[in-house]
Amino acid sequence: MELIQLRDIYKTYSIGEMAVPVLKGVSLTVAQGELVALMGASGSGKSTLMNILGCLDRPSSGEYWLDGHEISRLDADQRAQVRNRMLGFVFQSFNLLPRTSALENVAMPLSYTADHLSEREARKRAREILCRVGLEDRLDHEPSRLSGGQQQRVAIARALVNSPSILLADEPTGNLDSRTSEEVLSMFQQLNENDGITIILVTHDMQVARHARRVIRIHDGLIMDGAFVSPEGQCDPSVSISAGAGQ
Amino acid sequence: MKAYHVIRNSMKGLRRNPMRAMLTTLGIIIGVGAVIAMMEIGTGSSSAIQKTISSMGANVLLVLPGTAASGGVSFGSGSIATLTPADGEAILRECPSVLNAAPVVRARTQVVYGNRNWVPSGIYGTTPAFLDVRDWNNLFEGEPFTDRDVLNANKVCLLGQTLVRELFQGESPIGKEIRVKNVLFRVVGVLGSKGANMMGHDQDDILLAPWTTIKYRVTGSALSNTNQSTSSGSAASMNTLSDLYPGGQPGLYPEKSEAQAINNPMPVRFTNIDQILTSAASTGEIESAIEQIKEVLRERHRIRDGESDDFNIRDMTEMTKTLTSTTTLMTNLLLCVAMISLVVGGVGIMNIMLVSVTERTREIGLRMAVGARARDILRQFLVEAVVLCLVGGAMGILLGHGGSYFVWLFLRWPVETSPGAIAAAVLVSAGVGIAFGFYPAWKASRMDPIEALRYE
Repeated sequence: MELIQLRDIYKTYSIGEMAVPVLKGVSLTVAQGELVALMGASGSGKSTLMNILGCLDRPSSGEYWLDGHEISRLDADQRAQVRNRMLGFVFQSFNLLPRTSALENVAMPLSYTADHLSEREARKRAREILCRVGLEDRLDHEPSRLSGGQQQRVAIARALVNSPSILLADEPTGNLDSRTSEEVLSMFQQLNENDGITIILVTHDMQVARHARRVIRIHDGLIMDGAFVSPEGQCDPSVSISAGAGQ
Repeated sequence: MKAYHVIRNSMKGLRRNPMRAMLTTLGIIIGVGAVIAMMEIGTGSSSAIQKTISSMGANVLLVLPGTAASGGVSFGSGSIATLTPADGEAILRECPSVLNAAPVVRARTQVVYGNRNWVPSGIYGTTPAFLDVRDWNNLFEGEPFTDRDVLNANKVCLLGQTLVRELFQGESPIGKEIRVKNVLFRVVGVLGSKGANMMGHDQDDILLAPWTTIKYRVTGSALSNTNQSTSSGSAASMNTLSDLYPGGQPGLYPEKSEAQAINNPMPVRFTNIDQILTSAASTGEIESAIEQIKEVLRERHRIRDGESDDFNIRDMTEMTKTLTSTTTLMTNLLLCVAMISLVVGGVGIMNIMLVSVTERTREIGLRMAVGARARDILRQFLVEAVVLCLVGGAMGILLGHGGSYFVWLFLRWPVETSPGAIAAAVLVSAGVGIAFGFYPAWKASRMDPIEALRYE
């Protein structure tokens, strides 16, 4: 089943009087339970596409179907609800609240959830998820007392606390050394395989993209490669960009 | 999002930078503290000022007998004898707004001591209540005469400072005897100095004695404003024994036979007095005191509806006005100070909240990314500002109250706790929080999550 379907998405920014097209007709699909890497050089429209996929931004035109709903016409509050319920974000710079314990950082998104959990339930859930990412002995530590890898694991726990169906990771290993990167990436793989969470990794690093089963390449606002689930269900990440190949 | 979560989130936000939160609230703490201290010291001073002004006689009401008229010629106020000492007692007894009442009998005659003499501007026969009405209880020396002296028509008197200066020249007058129209009075006390009143009339040029003594021993007639000593000086008849003890009756009324008493319950001839000096319980009760005195006297004097009063009541309108305007001025002044300091505190809050919003841009972006709506962000920052202000307000109340307590403790300034000011301080500090917290909170809620997340 197709969880995400983008149809002919355009995004144009206007800087002063000039219209700058960033996405020039992007279509792609992501199926339930996939681990996809979104690759592209800086300025390729990768971040814009990521923002649209993450419901942080609206396309100028085109359709975005998420789990059977058309998302692109929702207003800001409705999109906030979709982000809270369906999406989890992992950022390059972790974005943890400073001077706040790991437990409270993880429980934070729960306070914006429509079906309210009691304080105790929220903490219980946050604790369980922190245990799953292997931080059961770091519950009360503030971010400043955690290593980079540990901080990113707290961030992953925070993304998972509302049991989202999609995890969006924006350069999740950009601030980590290669060993911890490997740890974090294998955690993504585990989550994908064991829990069936759909994961979209945004990266420009081939080493990271290799962990994905499919690589979507974007160049200059157009998808170059891997826009749709291939029949064999897997795409070879080492395939080079075929020049001029549109979608 | 539940209110509980909003408040918790805000508290967490504040707790993450306690130093800054403290400094921010300092503005409100000082503002509210200043307001509370000013209000407490101010109301204290204001009521002290009121007390001082009313000691000048602002609450005094003068009841005078009515006007006689004959053939269209009016003889002026006090020209008929209608007031009795019993009227004074009835006023005190039946009018709740009247604090004190003293009958007054006036005389104007020569006072002699040794080889010196003087005609004081006022010789008043009265009761000890006169001193309460005129707020004159602080005697320079000696003791006031008593109600017993009034009953017995004892020949004792109190002298004003001017009179003492003129007659005694530095000598202590206590226990000395002076002659008033050839009646010997023993001086029991000297009044404190009051100086001139607002009309320039010397209030210390006065002799006070029991009204019975003045009435029966010194003068028999009402309202003797002429200098009686000039007419009596050469008259030999004035020195007879009967003049020293005129009437020879200790009672106020002539004795009645039983038949008389049954046939006519009214006294045949009553003892009239020249005026009744009363004081209202407070400045605000002057109006009601006048009404009550009118009612009591009309009833006692058997005046039918439609007939005019046989008495006049005078109040000190000029002084009362001064008093009221002083109080209003004080209150307005305090209000201005309060407003200015609270606005300054509020600007401090807004300033710091704006800094805080900028500093926490990434946090705002993150909260939006995980599902916070614009109004959640708005509420969080607004509640933060209000919490800051309320905490500041509470601490300010304690500070202000403590401050005014210390002022009372060390400077002995009059201080009055004002619950109204405390309630207003709480409301105003919450209001300041909302008013000055709104713009930063609104700015935070309008942020674009993408921009906010990327903010360095």
